[in-house]
Amino acid sequence: MSRSRHRRLLAAATTVALTLTAAACTGSSGGGAVDDPNAKVTVTFWHGWSAPNEVKAIRDNIVAFETKHPNIRVKAVGNITDDKINQALRAGGPKAPDVVSSFTTDNVGEFCTSHALVDLTPFLKKSGIDPAATFPQAQLDYTRFDGNQCTLPLLSDAYGLYYNKAMFAKAGISSPPKTLSEFDADAVKLTTSTGGSYSQLGFMPDYHGYESTISHFAAQFDPTYFSGSGTSEVATDPGLKKAYQWQKKLVDALGGYRRLENYRTTFGDEFSAKNPFMTGQVAMSIDGEWRGGMIDDAKTGLDYGTAPFPVPDDLAADYGKGYTSGTIVGVASTSRKQNAAWELVKFLTTDTDAVVSFANAIHNVPSTTSALASDKVDKSPSFQAFLKIAQNPHSNTTPSSPNGGAYQLTLQNVGYAYESGRNNDLQGALDKAAKQIDTDVAQAK
Amino acid sequence: MTPHVTHAIASATARPTGRPTTRGARRRRERLRNLAFLSPWLAGTGLFFLYPLAATAYFSFTRYDGFTAPRWTGLRNWTFVFRDYPFFWPAMRNTLWLVVVIVILRVLFGLAIGMLVVRLKRGGGLFRTLYYAPYLAPPVAGTIAFVFLLNPGTGPVDVVLGHLGLPQPGWFNDPSWAKPGLALLALWGVGDLMVIFMASLLDVPREQYEAAQLDGAGAIGRFRYVTLPHLRPILVFAAVTGVIATMQYYTQPLVAGQVASGQIGGSGVQTEPGYPDGSTLTLPQLVYNLGFQRFAAGAACVVAMVLFVLCMAFAAVLLRRGTGLLGED
Repeated sequence: MSRSRHRRLLAAATTVALTLTAAACTGSSGGGAVDDPNAKVTVTFWHGWSAPNEVKAIRDNIVAFETKHPNIRVKAVGNITDDKINQALRAGGPKAPDVVSSFTTDNVGEFCTSHALVDLTPFLKKSGIDPAATFPQAQLDYTRFDGNQCTLPLLSDAYGLYYNKAMFAKAGISSPPKTLSEFDADAVKLTTSTGGSYSQLGFMPDYHGYESTISHFAAQFDPTYFSGSGTSEVATDPGLKKAYQWQKKLVDALGGYRRLENYRTTFGDEFSAKNPFMTGQVAMSIDGEWRGGMIDDAKTGLDYGTAPFPVPDDLAADYGKGYTSGTIVGVASTSRKQNAAWELVKFLTTDTDAVVSFANAIHNVPSTTSALASDKVDKSPSFQAFLKIAQNPHSNTTPSSPNGGAYQLTLQNVGYAYESGRNNDLQGALDKAAKQIDTDVAQAK
Repeated sequence: MTPHVTHAIASATARPTGRPTTRGARRRRERLRNLAFLSPWLAGTGLFFLYPLAATAYFSFTRYDGFTAPRWTGLRNWTFVFRDYPFFWPAMRNTLWLVVVIVILRVLFGLAIGMLVVRLKRGGGLFRTLYYAPYLAPPVAGTIAFVFLLNPGTGPVDVVLGHLGLPQPGWFNDPSWAKPGLALLALWGVGDLMVIFMASLLDVPREQYEAAQLDGAGAIGRFRYVTLPHLRPILVFAAVTGVIATMQYYTQPLVAGQVASGQIGGSGVQTEPGYPDGSTLTLPQLVYNLGFQRFAAGAACVVAMVLFVLCMAFAAVLLRRGTGLLGED
């Protein structure tokens, strides 16, 4: 064989190999799955739940699924973080997950734009499911990006106000506050100082105070983060600016940033019985519906109530809304069993009994319209408050972005500088943040 | 020119080109044999150093998310990282601060402890164990323990300082004390250097100390003119490896910042990089964040290249200075 022929063959083989490698790396992302849904297969499902009651609940759902689909076995792997999911989705291969779920809705934009998860629209159409009729609007918003429905909601979270009834009674407060001016007054009334610190704090407003983030607060102010064309609106949105100003005013009213931060270092772990609301270190907190389940499980006898988080005085008519998010689930583009994987996703996200039983078991809000209306949903008053928040038409969430939660990090940094007094020029900081967000988004495209 | 050489040249030039001489064949065989002996090293270096380095350099000029094929974007990642990425320069400053402070302190402290332990008449074994044991502690466990010990609200260190009437720093909750806290943590794990210095100190000939003492040298003189020249190669080794290790400082600052902040990421909750106020942010954290969390592998490769160049520059300067320190050796 001549040398030149050798070279041509080598070049052809290399081209074919590179093409195949590239194809294998990118996988199928258009929902054009060709695997036989009736074939006997094992689908690998990665999720983040780890508590015994959560693992049992997901196991029960999988058993119900396998009974309905005897040809599909599900291998569930729990306690998976987003970083592990990202690595596995890139690597692919036989041990990689076919179905993944994540607690962070902020990552949906990244999942969709990178095509790490397949667009589920063709699957939904094939199964005759109308997303708009099946899922509430807020849930649909945080599970898609730029027209790509690459995930579906698998239970939801709603954020509201937790308050200590005994402390309320002792302070002479008869009902939870509905407006932020009432809330501020109650927070001050519920605060007891000891020396340079507190023996009881009405509310921890600092942005490191666990769920006291600008995104959660700003939901009460109807913020617009991005324009229709995708450029940042944070510098011109009046709601966001008011949210920062309200928080800073409350920080000052409760004793100032440094004093509050010192008190914060005495708090225990957020997701444990040492949570400051559960230990009585704070009288009120903003938190998700799961906190009620944790308080009940701890059996400490804490007498607490739940309500929607208060709204600005000029938006009093909107009382009842809150920040919403949830767990998302999708099918890996590297999966070779996408039809079988879709069957699992469809069952977990749209089967009313599956959604309701799972929601009740792990104290989460159901994520379909029919499940929310189901008689089987937890009837306890503390949980019902969150069901109403989730269904409130004014409830909102942080929109997806091609670089995930990077823009929220930028806004958090504005908050840290403003609350601590390092930067008192809020408008200047927001102008700078808007430019930064636009630069970051452009870089991600 | 000797007759042998002229003969060799004449015979070599007389032969037609393209036909190997016996000597040429032997040389080729020798070269192949040498290559065969070197091949494990060549393969390892090529596979685990040269190829990743070339790939990192290439990806730094592309938009690459790990899912779709890389797309050439020229200098876009470089301008983004150096001009537009708000975390790059703070991370650079922190990394350089930690390199300078931690390397110097660890070398000085390791040497001091080594000198102390070799002089102990009794209890040397116990002290060696006490100083070496922290080095064996897993970095995550050690860091979490430090964060709890130094917690300004509940940690025992500030309680003791308070009882003594001394200021109680915020440690990992205070931007101005977080890096000194990390330096303390690095000093706590100085056992590796202590052992190396001890071995070198025990290797110094006793008679040289005796001769110096007879010449009237005091303790400082003996250290300067006897101990130090013997320790110079070890000092250079400690400095170079220390710089490279601290440039890659990742686990401890990341864990310290996240544990002290108390925040766990979730929807609407982004964990703050380098809490508090970016003071514990280092360049390796940016590589991980950009490459594996933000799907921006191209920008991550830029930071990785910066780290590589910095490491090489530090090592080159130290080795050059070290060669000078080593004198004629």
